Amino acid sequence: MANDTPLLELRDISKSFGSVQALVDVDFEVRPGEVMALVGDNGAGKSTLIKCIAGTHMADGGRILFEGHDVSIHGPKDAARLGIEVVYQDLALCDNLDVVQNMFLGREVNKLQVLNEAAMEEKTSSTLSTLAVTTIRSVRQTVATLSGGQRQSVAVARAVMWNSKVVILDEPTAALGVAQTEQVLALVRRLGEQGLGVVIISHNLHDVFETADRITVLRLGRNVGVYERRTTSQQAVVEAITAGRPIKVSGIPAEAPV
Amino acid sequence: MTTADVVGPGAAPPPVEEELATGLAGVWQRAWLNLRTGNLGPLPIIVGEVVVVILFGFTATNFFTAVNFVNLITQTAGTAMLAFGVVFVLLLGEIDLSIGYVAGIGALIVAELQLPGSGHQVPGILAMVIAVAACAGIGLLQGSIIAFVGVPSFVVTLGGFLIWQGLILNVLEQRGTIIIQDRWINYTDSYLFSHAAGYLIAAIFTSLYPLSILYKTLVARGTTIAQQNWAAVGAKAAGIAVAAFGTVAICNHGRVISQLQGLPLAGVIVVLFFVLLTFLAKWTTFGRHVYAVGGNAEAARRAGISVPRIRVLVFMISGATAGIGGIIFAAQVNSVALTFPPGNLLLNAIASAVIGGVSLFGGRGEVRGALLGALLIGTLQNGLNTLSISNGWIYIVTGGVLLFAVTLDTFVVRLQKRSGR
Ligand SMILES: Nc1ncnc2c1ncn2[C@@H]1O[C@H](COP(=O)(O)OP(=O)(O)OP(=O)(O)O)[C@@H](O)[C@H]1O
Ligand SMILES: [Mg+2]
Repeated sequence: MANDTPLLELRDISKSFGSVQALVDVDFEVRPGEVMALVGDNGAGKSTLIKCIAGTHMADGGRILFEGHDVSIHGPKDAARLGIEVVYQDLALCDNLDVVQNMFLGREVNKLQVLNEAAMEEKTSSTLSTLAVTTIRSVRQTVATLSGGQRQSVAVARAVMWNSKVVILDEPTAALGVAQTEQVLALVRRLGEQGLGVVIISHNLHDVFETADRITVLRLGRNVGVYERRTTSQQAVVEAITAGRPIKVSGIPAEAPV
Repeated sequence: MTTADVVGPGAAPPPVEEELATGLAGVWQRAWLNLRTGNLGPLPIIVGEVVVVILFGFTATNFFTAVNFVNLITQTAGTAMLAFGVVFVLLLGEIDLSIGYVAGIGALIVAELQLPGSGHQVPGILAMVIAVAACAGIGLLQGSIIAFVGVPSFVVTLGGFLIWQGLILNVLEQRGTIIIQDRWINYTDSYLFSHAAGYLIAAIFTSLYPLSILYKTLVARGTTIAQQNWAAVGAKAAGIAVAAFGTVAICNHGRVISQLQGLPLAGVIVVLFFVLLTFLAKWTTFGRHVYAVGGNAEAARRAGISVPRIRVLVFMISGATAGIGGIIFAAQVNSVALTFPPGNLLLNAIASAVIGGVSLFGGRGEVRGALLGALLIGTLQNGLNTLSISNGWIYIVTGGVLLFAVTLDTFVVRLQKRSGR
């Protein structure tokens, strides 16, 4: 079960693009071993929020706490150093490279620039098997030959391989069929079981209710509710998405507002 | 907002894997699988080369001689050097149209620097080093405009094509032909190794592949990584040995007016760069990043790879290999004249790489493709020459082969897509 000290905590995050207030005093948190869903209508500010975490954007105001300490994230490298990895919707895999090569892209194991293929292949295989990704026949096949779900699995596996503590997935199942979606959601649940903090953005409430422990709803750049999946109905979440009122910004209530 | 109430079925059953047997049976199985799925590798081009050799062997009287074989190697060497650079540029999905005249600049620089009594004469070896460095510098300049300013490589190198051509014209129209007397420079084309040295070089080259396999096996020791398929390794090693020793044996057999021939240095230079550049492409982080940028530049960028740095370095390689090729071409005629670069050098070099299976769209291809492609084009042109066929027909045949090779490749890619590979 999820630990109660948040792994990642955002307080009063604001961000505007010119006159557009994309985020207004947003609170957000994810605990270790927890899958936190982030939902909201188009333009609600979901992608902007995770970009503030990933270091692609800088928040205008607010605090970011990692494992209880204030941190400042100025770029993707800062986020990676903290152990925050993002799986973008367009997967950022190289089709012409094989699974191993993609997993280690940009962080190849080498000695004096000479690649150590054996070490990379071994680590890839073991990472995939800890995540119970069993449908990939060979880690030496090119990514172009993989199905959408398998590709998504590789992208997720790459994110968790670097001892990451928080994995953020932006709409990981948007392009997938039923069976493949199931595969990826199972993988997301396993990440949580292994003690990582997982943030999943999705428009598909069915997926959200299948994977998430808690659900944060954004509406027009504001946090309008944090729900325990166990005690909430999809109906309540839909209402929050479409008509939710901003909740108290200084703290996240454990129970859903009505 | 979707509120799908479809319950996903359990994880899909893993597709049935066609388990590949080990040993000799595995080799045939894998070969058949590759054939069926269109993963032909260098096979079509090797078959093509053999067909061409047999064809000319029967029709052209002077083709199947050891002397012509040595000629073929020296004629092909320059094109192959340029084609090596083309491979890297194409792997990025870029193009370098300037290499023909960059080769000319390289040739011009060595010719000028070796000129006795010019006041700036330097030893031949030093002249060559300076020329190649200058050509890499041209690559640095062009590559920087492409990588940092964002001008398409087609335009930048087309500009280079005209500028370097203009520079050569300006110098040579005034100076006329510059004769190269320096021994070392001319050696790059005409030096022939002694018979024993030739065999020694063949032995060293032959040992490289088994050594690389040995290294891989040692590194993989104690891991769960699949073993090498020893039958396949043995077959490939044997093929390499036959090719290397066969080449040297034929060269050594040649005799021009009672003077024995031997393995030409030009061929050894090409093989040396083939080994070096293959190592660079396949065994180093740089090579891996070249493939990555060519496959998906945005993914490479997000993975923390400096895409501009890779682009610039690749254009420097392209410039340097063009310079080396240019020196070999100049050494062939012991001079640099207004007719440089010879024939359709640029197009032959690009055609070599493309015939050798390097994709124009980036990310796919091997360094060896340049060598095999240059050899096929060289053999064709050499054979047609010995048949005294007109230049017009030589161009037409070369073009036909290029078209055929690319069509075959496109077909193969479609086949691979259909078989889901
Ligand atoms: N780079 C930007 N420049 C200007 N405005 C932006 C930028 N990025 C986002 N916005 C604005 O911020 C708001 C939130 O956008 P965001 O992309 O975070 O929404 P989202 O919740 O991810 O929506 P979707 O579900 O469609 O992905 C929108 O009004 C959008 O127009
Ligand atoms: Mg979004």
